[in-house]
Amino acid sequence: MLTCKRFLQELSDYLEERLDPETRAELQKHLNECPNCWVVCDTTKKTIKVFKGMQAQLLPSGVQMRLSEFLARNCKKKQEKSSLPAQSES
Amino acid sequence: MGTTTVTPGFDESALVARAKDGDSEAFSELVSHYDRRVFRMAKQITQNDDDAEDVLQESFLKAYTHLDNFQGNSKFYTWLVRIAVNEALMKLRKRRSDRTVPLDEPIDTGEDEMVREIAVWDENPEDTYSREELGTILDSAVQSLRPAYRTVFILRDIEELSIEETAQALNLSISAVKSRLLRARLQLREKLTRQFKRKGDNAYADL
Repeated sequence: MLTCKRFLQELSDYLEERLDPETRAELQKHLNECPNCWVVCDTTKKTIKVFKGMQAQLLPSGVQMRLSEFLARNCKKKQEKSSLPAQSES
Repeated sequence: MGTTTVTPGFDESALVARAKDGDSEAFSELVSHYDRRVFRMAKQITQNDDDAEDVLQESFLKAYTHLDNFQGNSKFYTWLVRIAVNEALMKLRKRRSDRTVPLDEPIDTGEDEMVREIAVWDENPEDTYSREELGTILDSAVQSLRPAYRTVFILRDIEELSIEETAQALNLSISAVKSRLLRARLQLREKLTRQFKRKGDNAYADL
């Protein structure tokens, strides 16, 4: 008999479908028999899903502008440097 | 909608190739496509707007400077995330250097603490809460994780790196990533269940 503790240990791999068919079948059997583990499994699945659906918010005001300025300032230096004829390819 | 939403007309590898050839507009396009996600990740790790902004700037500068080293074996975004996560962890270490608790504190094995709340959720949190409310709930749940779990969870379940890529980015073994991920997921499940559980439906909790 598979224990709830063992079920929890395998839960991530179960949800990511990284288990061999035999272990997977054992876990599925446990799920059918154990309402607690079924709920934990279901709500863990939903937890992962709700985070995956989370979209990145807009950047706080000014951040984007300062990023552009920062990159314009610093990336330019690199371009100038890399266009120096003295640099060898080796 | 996931975070890997495809933007029409956005061809990452073509932009990377052009940026490598010195096309700064192509690089700018990559920046504006990913800046929000890099900032979000940096903020989740550093927990601070100013640090996140530094990380954002430094990460894109590093990406630009080292673009020639990007071989295209992974997606550009995965490579960028690795740069950004290192920058963010460096910030965190610097800030915590005077504290006694190391960043990668050993993981306690309080197996019994892993599951307390057992209750089904209301059908769909997305339908019950506005996007802002939901964002706040999720953010504060992630913030409450200890850094060692939080970083793994962010890379795997928010930025959607694979287990292997997460292990590589954090210099951890696959099994360390897996065990931290499991704990992070279960702890978040616990917190979100307190928020999202169907009212009056905690019948199993006392079993």
